[in-house]
Amino acid sequence: SNHLGLKLNKTEKKFLRKQTKAKHTLLKHEGIKAVSYATQSLVVANGGLGNGVSRKQLLLVLEPCGHVEALFMPPNKPYSLVRYKTVEESRKAYTTLNGKEIVDDLGQKIILYFNFVEKAQWKNLELQALPPDLKIVEEIISSEDERVLLESINWTQDTDNQNFEKSLKHRRVKHFGYEFCYKNNNVDKDKPLPGGLPDVCVSFLEKWLKEGYIKHKPDQLTINQYEPGHGIPPHIDTHSAFEDEIASLSLGSEVVMDFKHPDGVTVQVMLPRRSLLVMTGECRYLWTHGITPRKFDTIPASEQRKGGIITSDIGNLTLCKRGMRTSFTFRKVRHTPCNCSYSSVCDSQRKETPPFFPKSDMEALQLEQEHVHQVYEEIAQHFSSTRHSPWPHIVEFLKALPSASIVADIGCGNGKYLGVNKELYMIGCDRSQSLVDICRERHCQAFVCDALAVPIRSGSCDACISIAVIHHFATAERRVAALRELVRLLRPGGKALVYVWAMEQELNNQKSKYLRGNRTSQGKKEEINSDASMEGLLVKQVPDLGNEDSESSVPSINDLQEGGYQSRNITNSKLPIHTNRTSFHSQDILVPWHLKGIHDKDGVVEPFGPVRSSETSPVFHRYYHVFCGGELEAACQTLGDVSILQSSYDQGNWCVILQKL
Amino acid sequence: MKLLTHNLLSSHVRGVGTRGFPLRLQATEVRVNPVEFNPEFVARMIPKVEWAALVEAANTLHLAEIPTEPAEGYEHDEAFLRKMHHVLLEVDVLEGTLQCPESGRLFPITRGIPNMLLNEEETET
Repeated sequence: SNHLGLKLNKTEKKFLRKQTKAKHTLLKHEGIKAVSYATQSLVVANGGLGNGVSRKQLLLVLEPCGHVEALFMPPNKPYSLVRYKTVEESRKAYTTLNGKEIVDDLGQKIILYFNFVEKAQWKNLELQALPPDLKIVEEIISSEDERVLLESINWTQDTDNQNFEKSLKHRRVKHFGYEFCYKNNNVDKDKPLPGGLPDVCVSFLEKWLKEGYIKHKPDQLTINQYEPGHGIPPHIDTHSAFEDEIASLSLGSEVVMDFKHPDGVTVQVMLPRRSLLVMTGECRYLWTHGITPRKFDTIPASEQRKGGIITSDIGNLTLCKRGMRTSFTFRKVRHTPCNCSYSSVCDSQRKETPPFFPKSDMEALQLEQEHVHQVYEEIAQHFSSTRHSPWPHIVEFLKALPSASIVADIGCGNGKYLGVNKELYMIGCDRSQSLVDICRERHCQAFVCDALAVPIRSGSCDACISIAVIHHFATAERRVAALRELVRLLRPGGKALVYVWAMEQELNNQKSKYLRGNRTSQGKKEEINSDASMEGLLVKQVPDLGNEDSESSVPSINDLQEGGYQSRNITNSKLPIHTNRTSFHSQDILVPWHLKGIHDKDGVVEPFGPVRSSETSPVFHRYYHVFCGGELEAACQTLGDVSILQSSYDQGNWCVILQKL
Repeated sequence: MKLLTHNLLSSHVRGVGTRGFPLRLQATEVRVNPVEFNPEFVARMIPKVEWAALVEAANTLHLAEIPTEPAEGYEHDEAFLRKMHHVLLEVDVLEGTLQCPESGRLFPITRGIPNMLLNEEETET
């Protein structure tokens, strides 16, 4: 539709299409809502610092249409917001500038698209503060001292000369005092380098100590040299390697450093040339810091050499070409384990001792609380996102039930079975509030309870299912109690389907999906084919790869640091940690879950290069008792009021269908 | 929480046994969600319902009056089935409480989800 009331030619139509698309993109990704009526303000898609468009350049385009009252250029964003003095001027920009082509600093063509926005959009670009415990001391050394320091580095020495100089993928580094090892992100504390810190540095350090800029005398120095376009991935300096205070001197060129809190708050901090950055406390232990590899930084237009956060005045930002920057990072090697109060990111405190095999009902309960209930609460969203395809045999069981059957799913997780047969009245329950919330979002009937105390009146259900639940109980008595509670809900003649994870992941020389999950894509193909030839597959659907309750979307990672256990069936001993996608060596195990993908939605440049971030995905350990062949049946037989109608093995799980007598 | 779900729920506080049913319903927010009417489904569901408990719950929510028991031949009484369809399947309690009639224990209903978790002392062992 031609809303401008003009006859459009082909190019104009294309621009209009692109303009509409830009409008949708801005709403979807940035929450910026364009309006169809004229206002004073416009959002300029593609006209952002994130596209390499400078403030100056954009003003040249905007000003011919009228008086620009304000131009907001948020850092790293591919758009800007402009406010004209009058709606007329803004309308003029809208009609004449849409589709305007400009050339960015790197010589690439950029086409601008304009849309009207309400003033309210501006407040989205909120103010930020510096990370806590971060200090920047500007002009800490003179230009002359800077020259002396830079000239003191001899980058050209022979590499066999033990000068501990390395050219990393994205920057040059050189170590003094102790060598920093990028393999384990630590230093060998027993091997100090000969010569210690350079004399020229020592005199500065003493001065800074005296003046109170730093509190401890460093004994390790890493010099990094960054060409424009180089960077360093976001990282936290290993807690156990260095003491609290880390000081970094920026020489040669300023740079913008990105600080990120684990909650996702990102603060960009300008480190001016000849300034000293001092990180302590929360900033040193909890926040990651890094430098995005790029050739231009976004910096305040008026006070370009000033340190501090970048977004405090986004009406006043422009691009600055990076120069060669050399940083001197001073740290003090730590000789005792770190005892900071940020244990979630502390390698000294991370090695929690694995829990012990429970010796009493109370210990079993504690184990379940910590390694089943709490873990599911934590991983609920990610867990649910990996549990979408219902398993064929379970669907088959539910589809075979008579219409208007009342069916309870005890331990329903995200509720993926609650809606598979609309002819049933299904209710679900789970111990995890977060998972029940997901069921409810899907408009299913669900409530929160424990499988050992299900608040459903006895004999009211025509059928029950218990999928991947009983194996989370930590003693034989509790597993039987959970089965008894399940059967209690059934009317006489009612049926229950029970699935538990099997100790045997390979039966009749055929590996389960769980084990096959780590094959190459070719293997995956075979697997799907072999599925189709398996007996009893009534539903034409490729099920989740892997066990019903195993980690299927995340590649397996050997948790070496937490290993050190022997593979045997243990009592009175630590629970072994299972290696994903391998056979089980013990019936009572902790299965790692690598939490993924919740935090990193902002599309920042991914870390690269040899220095790995210690900001890796958190690992949770879920307790399982995997069942041996015959064990589930034996447990059911102790119940007395059921008969076992069917017992089978399905893709690494043992399953039974029980009937209440 | 639909009233059919309420009709299945029972308090499981230690020691209350069958006296934990029915849970006393108090609702502060109720929504009606239209559900496609399936007369056979409703007719089959009627005998599974604990009738007195349903009548009480429907009264609590001031819904249309329900007979004290289903009349003979209800399977063919479309008006009755439609009414029961509405009461059992369309009325959704979003906020409120469920109370154990024996122990007095209150269970919250939030965003349509009853939280029936007990602490250790309350659990039947």
